[in-house]
Amino acid sequence: MSNSSALAEAASPEVRERPIVNDLTIQVATVNGSGSQSSNLVLLRSLFRMGIPVGGKNLFPSNIAGLPTWFTIRANRDGWVARRRRVDYLVALNPQTAARDVRGLEPGAVVVYQAGMRLERQRDDLVFYPAPLQDLAGEITREVRLRKLLANMVYVGVLGELLSIAPEAVDASIAAQFRGKKTAIALNHRAVRIGARYVRENLRKRDPHTVAPMDRNEGKILIDGNAAAALGAMFGGASVATWYPITPSSSLVEQLEKFLRRHRREEDGKSTFAVVQAEDELAAVGMALAAGWAGARAMTATSGPGISLMSEFVGLGYYAEIPAVIWNIQRVGPSTGLPTRTAQGDVLSTYALSHGDTRHVCLLPASTAECFEFGWRAFDYAERLQTPVFVLSDLDLGMNIWATDPFQYPDRPMDRGKVLTAEDLRRTGSFQRYADVDGDGIPWRTLPGTDHPAAAYFTRGSGHDESAEYTESEEAYVRVMERLARKFETARSILPEPVIHAADPPSEIGIIGFGTSDPAIEEARVTLREQAGIEVDYLRLRALPLSPRVLDFVAGRRTVVVMDQNRDAQLLQLLRAEFGDRLPAGVLKSLRHFNGLPLDARTVSDFIAAMDLGVGA
Amino acid sequence: MRKRTARVRRRPRANRLGLSARDYRGKPSTLCKGCGHDAISSQLIRAFFESDIRPHQVAKLSGIGCSSKTPAYFLGQSHGFNSVHGRMPSVATGAMLANRKLIAVGVSGDGDTASIGIGQFVHLVRRNVPLIYIVENNGVYGLTKGQFSATADENAKLRSGEVNRLPNIDLCGMAVELGATYVARSFAGDPKQLVALLRGALAHSGTAVLDILSPCVTFNNHPGSTKSYTWGKDNEEPIHLLDFVPEFEQIEVEYEEGQSRDVQLHDGSWIRLRKLDQDYDPTNRRAARELMLDAQENNRFLTGLLYVDPDKPTFLDTLEMTDTPLAHLEESRLRPPPEALDRIVASYQ
Ligand SMILES: Cc1ncc(C[n+]2csc(CCOP(=O)(O)OP(=O)(O)O)c2C)c(N)n1
Ligand code: SF4
Ligand SMILES: [Mg+2]
Repeated sequence: MSNSSALAEAASPEVRERPIVNDLTIQVATVNGSGSQSSNLVLLRSLFRMGIPVGGKNLFPSNIAGLPTWFTIRANRDGWVARRRRVDYLVALNPQTAARDVRGLEPGAVVVYQAGMRLERQRDDLVFYPAPLQDLAGEITREVRLRKLLANMVYVGVLGELLSIAPEAVDASIAAQFRGKKTAIALNHRAVRIGARYVRENLRKRDPHTVAPMDRNEGKILIDGNAAAALGAMFGGASVATWYPITPSSSLVEQLEKFLRRHRREEDGKSTFAVVQAEDELAAVGMALAAGWAGARAMTATSGPGISLMSEFVGLGYYAEIPAVIWNIQRVGPSTGLPTRTAQGDVLSTYALSHGDTRHVCLLPASTAECFEFGWRAFDYAERLQTPVFVLSDLDLGMNIWATDPFQYPDRPMDRGKVLTAEDLRRTGSFQRYADVDGDGIPWRTLPGTDHPAAAYFTRGSGHDESAEYTESEEAYVRVMERLARKFETARSILPEPVIHAADPPSEIGIIGFGTSDPAIEEARVTLREQAGIEVDYLRLRALPLSPRVLDFVAGRRTVVVMDQNRDAQLLQLLRAEFGDRLPAGVLKSLRHFNGLPLDARTVSDFIAAMDLGVGA
Repeated sequence: MRKRTARVRRRPRANRLGLSARDYRGKPSTLCKGCGHDAISSQLIRAFFESDIRPHQVAKLSGIGCSSKTPAYFLGQSHGFNSVHGRMPSVATGAMLANRKLIAVGVSGDGDTASIGIGQFVHLVRRNVPLIYIVENNGVYGLTKGQFSATADENAKLRSGEVNRLPNIDLCGMAVELGATYVARSFAGDPKQLVALLRGALAHSGTAVLDILSPCVTFNNHPGSTKSYTWGKDNEEPIHLLDFVPEFEQIEVEYEEGQSRDVQLHDGSWIRLRKLDQDYDPTNRRAARELMLDAQENNRFLTGLLYVDPDKPTFLDTLEMTDTPLAHLEESRLRPPPEALDRIVASYQ
């Protein structure tokens, strides 16, 4: 529960009377399938166009229509876009949840709602703005379905007026949202104006929130992590993508296919890719691995239940040394869990997926920019290392909308790894598929179809020696397994290094995290510095296996918090398992957040502020 | 009376590529002596040799089982992939996606296909992935020491006396149902027919399903078994006599009108079906289904080419991929230029 000495979230409202500019969380509570998504995106884009840092998070049910959905927009002049607990503006459209939504507000918050819902009776410490949204939309049309849709755009007009959102920004956002559909654009413009007019004529502004133009979004784009991943994959030369639908990963391959159709069809209309919706995740990963075996840049995307199903095949990929890229857009488990909520619960299971001694390279993107970057790099790593490479994203990153600088075009040619051609074989005469000729643990391979009698080898998941021959020899087994361990050390040395933010001189306190914990951790560090005088150094992991720099970061500090978005402190367990005695005793402290909501800064700052730091008073 | 002319060739020691049968052999088999699977491997070697297939173009795929081990025992100059139990179809599909020029031959068992892998079998057939799909059917799980499989006939007996009370799954019937384009049943003890069917499969463009009775001499070759050599020999009823006639060979043998039927396959070669006691048209899907229903109900072991549709587009055709195998595309064709990224980024502004 909230600590009495809890620190405020960064830049929280100071004095009610003074206007609060560009620091605002809007929550639209509705039911899914009601068509409010377009309105919410228009709101988000309008703020974005005004140059204000902004992000959007959709909290939705695992259902197609009729269940509660909350869309949250956070606009923050300092650039903080992590989830924030406090809601300043509630748009209460869902009678099912309205009472609870209103009860959860902090004093001073604003409620915009359908007039007649009588929410104003519930509390006297909030600001209530009722508006007859449905009737106002009725001014445009009598047609029921359209009226319902337009009522959503009426609240955009209401909020726009109340918050001083620039009308040009709203108009432009509508035009972008309904690209090319003239009638729709005109109708929605009208709905927005009707909403704004209603506010001017009937409501008196009684809250301090307002927005004003900034210049923080110059050149930036708004995009979801799955789209960014798909783009990265396309620019990484993805040629075979296989998948089976599952939230929250479906939109990755769906968007990939859309991009590929546009940008990877040649003049004759033929494709340089194949996207296959498989019959299940076993087939999806089987196809991807075999395509990688045969020389394609192959990938699949899934989430927890699919990862579990892929387990056996992934072990084969590891042992038989086959490249493929597997995106795991994590959601809440175990089992079906909370399929539309976010988590980092698959760290251990993905890292060691499958039976026997298996270890897998995992990339850990924290932003849409890294989704793009790891999207192409993952193929280079997979082909260089000849092994399945995972990218561990999550629902928050994959499905929510983030502002980002434009993506950097790949800065190097593709690395296709150690592949011998027929010509190479004509020179060498022969080759051994699993021999470590270069001392880095990575053998050479040939592709099926290579026109040389010595090219062929037999791939198997059973015991094999350097020549890929079947064997049950204990020596050969140990040799191959030891070489695979060496190869993993090579992986450790070439994967993206952690990002470290350390004060000079370094602080005694540190935090280690990865992925979508990042925005909350960064915000918490500033809060702690500004409000409690606590400096927290930060190491953000970007890949597994762990970089040795993690040990350097931990060494010499009094306390290092390990941030996990799961119950069992999986990252902490991994640190302990990999580094063991090399970790100083009593330094690592676990902070876990696992309720399915994106991490917020206060969870981090309250925890650190409440620690016995042995510093200050 | 139709007449055709051709020379009759002597059996060559080298094929048209100048390769000998030896070039199509694999490692020595480690299966039990007399295992039906080895007989099938021999006919595969012969078929690939006689059809002048370049070994390096072939990819051999399999699942897990005694049968799935056999790709190591033929075509040693072809890449092989012995994958996981029941998943050969997805592996074959992936390999063909990456390189459409490969000639894929998949070997599976009745356990591998009719139980753990039935889902993948169904979807591969439905897609019509270019693949010769061989089921080495012995009615048991050989590698795990002889438990019944789902193709065991009702009332068949294990050596222990255990009786199978469940109906069998007829993979050929299923395949036709699913829209398969080349469906054959054969017997490891009938090499002549098998080799013609294999060569026909090599000439076919889509999925060719060959369900081959392949006795397990160790666990299912006893009296009371309906998958033994003896049972096969006593019960095999070929629905026609089969000859494979390559495109480049003309035919001079004479047949009486109505005594034979020629089906031209995708690559231009022919399967000649010589009539036995009934005239069976394997391009008629309804007739095929009826025949197989009859076979299943009356426990008849009908062999031959049960169904063929030479012209249906394959899965690869439907994907409209470029001619170059995806695996061979160079970077310039895989990575769109920086301007493309700029345009995409602009659309997100
Ligand atoms: C996931 C999994 N489950 C079980 C097994 C054990 N197993 C190996 S082979 C086999 C059955 C093989 O039977 P079949 O496909 O008919 O091949 P046969 O040996 O008869 O040729 C089983 C169950 C396995 N390898 N993998
Ligand atoms: S156990 Fe049966 S199937 Fe396996 S090798 Fe021996 S005879 Fe063949
Ligand atoms: Mg069997």
